[in-house]
Amino acid sequence: MTTKLTKFEGLSRELIALRIANELEDGSYVNLGIGIPTLVSNWIEGRDIVLQAEIGMLYTGPLASREQVDQDLINASCQPVTELPGACFFSDCESFAMIRGGYMDAAVLGALQVSETGDLAGWNNPGRGFPDHIGNIGGSMDLAVGAKKVIIAMEHITNKGEYKIVRKCAYPVTAVGVVKLIVTDLAVIEVTDTGLLLREVAPGLTAEEVQSVTEPKLVISPNLREIQL
Amino acid sequence: MDKVFPSIDEAVADIPDGASIAIGGFFTAGTPVDLIQALSRHSARNLTIICQSMGPGNEDVTQLVVQGQVKKAICNYPFYRSATRGAESPFEQAVRAGSIEVEVYPMGTFIEKLRAGGAGLAGFYTPTGIGTVVERGKEKKTFDGREYLLELAIKPDYAFVHAWRGDSVGNLMYRKTARNYNPEMAAAGVITIAAVEEFVEPGELEPDKVHTPGIYVQRLVKVQRRNYIPSID
Repeated sequence: MTTKLTKFEGLSRELIALRIANELEDGSYVNLGIGIPTLVSNWIEGRDIVLQAEIGMLYTGPLASREQVDQDLINASCQPVTELPGACFFSDCESFAMIRGGYMDAAVLGALQVSETGDLAGWNNPGRGFPDHIGNIGGSMDLAVGAKKVIIAMEHITNKGEYKIVRKCAYPVTAVGVVKLIVTDLAVIEVTDTGLLLREVAPGLTAEEVQSVTEPKLVISPNLREIQL
Repeated sequence: MDKVFPSIDEAVADIPDGASIAIGGFFTAGTPVDLIQALSRHSARNLTIICQSMGPGNEDVTQLVVQGQVKKAICNYPFYRSATRGAESPFEQAVRAGSIEVEVYPMGTFIEKLRAGGAGLAGFYTPTGIGTVVERGKEKKTFDGREYLLELAIKPDYAFVHAWRGDSVGNLMYRKTARNYNPEMAAAGVITIAAVEEFVEPGELEPDKVHTPGIYVQRLVKVQRRNYIPSID
């Protein structure tokens, strides 16, 4: 029914993560979701950025090596991690008090769909065949609502060649009107009151090409440039 | 006030049919595996299980599902991430067949409902879930121009928690991220059963470092520390 979108060559998942790391400000507390967001942690060594793991930890360190594995020290994706100087532990309940309380400067999350008004759909893929209120919500809704800045890290289109940046989310939403910035393999797009602002394109791509794989009409920034890494 | 039970099976022996049980642990961390296994050796049925997930990182609950002991699950991340793995899961099959009911809440709401249950509150208003399927059938109220959702407390009949250290009067300490849901679940349970890796005499835990005050804990059992590589796949 829908035509398959063109698959353009763009940034790797690692480079999407690097672009987002560059967006994060020093002195900020950040939560990274599952998938591409987790890769952001590979690019912040030496930066003054504190990672929260919603299981109940601040100053989360890199993934543990085989020798370092401690079964009582995991992140919210159940990966063994390490602790950095300054680390502290607390309950999951306090972790979410922190998140809803507005203490997270940024949350980097994956998405199935993002709408032109910043709605995020990321927790429930109807393809799984459950009723629409049944799925793995995890911490996504609290983070989307509580973080000061929600940054989305994702591929620009689906594997099947469908839009992921859409006029209106068809999938069950995680939160309404929360997304501030979308970083994909093809572009950096800011969600503004007047629509989606195309700020950066991947090397070799034109604004028209990015528009051709984006459902809503993009506003082209007068300062449009190639993604800087 | 010695709360130590001689065996884990005796500690769960009075759990009746139809009981609600909150089970601590975030995937593999701080999960009271021995208590879940004891429950699967016990005959109680029609149980409501309140825990993060019904499979990933929590394989032992599967036995409860297979034995038909579970009527309802209240979770925040019930299923395997992989659809293929999920299709093989007895829990997912039971949900699809309609033989187990499942309620899903955002993680922060899930544990705050238990905190409220343990703290004598009827519920709380949260901004999480506004505009999503989570708000269905719930009261909404606006405070200072922002919409919030009323979520009600959960007060489970029993709570199973896993502690790193504990004394015979029920004071508990957790270790690193194995703390997770355990403190609020311990406080919420009408009868809280704590599985403890290391027992010490009353007075040996530094009072300043107690995470769960013993007043919340009714039964204690000693368990062996397990060694494993955490994984949900």
